[in-house]
Amino acid sequence: MSMKATIRQVDSVVVVDISGRITLGEGCAQLRELIRDQLGKGNKRVLLNLADVTYIDSSGIGELVSAFTAVSNQGGQLKLLNLTKKVHDLLQITKLYTVFDIHDDEAKAISSFQKA
Amino acid sequence: MTSEPSVVEVTLESDLKNLEVAEEIVRRVAGTAGFGEESEHQIEMAVHESMINAIWHGNKNDASKRVWLRFEIYKDRLEIHIRDQGVGFNISEVPDPCSEDNLLKVSGRGIFLIRTFMDEFHVKHLPGSGTEVTLVKRIDPAQQPK
Repeated sequence: MSMKATIRQVDSVVVVDISGRITLGEGCAQLRELIRDQLGKGNKRVLLNLADVTYIDSSGIGELVSAFTAVSNQGGQLKLLNLTKKVHDLLQITKLYTVFDIHDDEAKAISSFQKA
Repeated sequence: MTSEPSVVEVTLESDLKNLEVAEEIVRRVAGTAGFGEESEHQIEMAVHESMINAIWHGNKNDASKRVWLRFEIYKDRLEIHIRDQGVGFNISEVPDPCSEDNLLKVSGRGIFLIRTFMDEFHVKHLPGSGTEVTLVKRIDPAQQPK
């Protein structure tokens, strides 16, 4: 199953609901394109909802890092929402858990952008 | 006397579309070997990352080349051999992706994950014919089906 992404606007934040696989190839390319597109539109507050991500590999983790860096370099913020246990564990193992701002409540995640 | 392992062997075209084929085989083999869900996922990821290395870095994404997978189920461990037709790599030169300098790098976490998830990881160069990596996961007797 490939990656699917649905984009919603909540207040000033772009929420991206991602499902499926973020892996080398199509999934990573899709995510990269999506972030580039949002930054091109001037949307610099991005919340990636990973609740329905079934599989992520090292390339997918790299793509999350790339997205984080791209948004940060534009003066924006990229945060993560609803990690599955597998994604949570991978971010801990790779020591990226402290790099990302991670939330498990969408309303609180949205308001954290507004406070920033 | 060492008991003979159960063996599963498969040859795949060097194409990323075969990653999911390999993962399906891994799930079946790991299930047969008696691993629990978490270990099964770790083995699946380790093979996935090894396959990417073989296809992408070893065989340079050349679909005319092949990747060989061999699973050996012993009583106490699962051994997985993955061979490509590339020139190989020096394991000692693979940087630590968790160091501060590398933490925000986009790539370089594959080998680290394989080493984290498996009990043993070996790389063998086969002059003139490719590179073989061996992954070993020990079987916890407590997880074995009764």
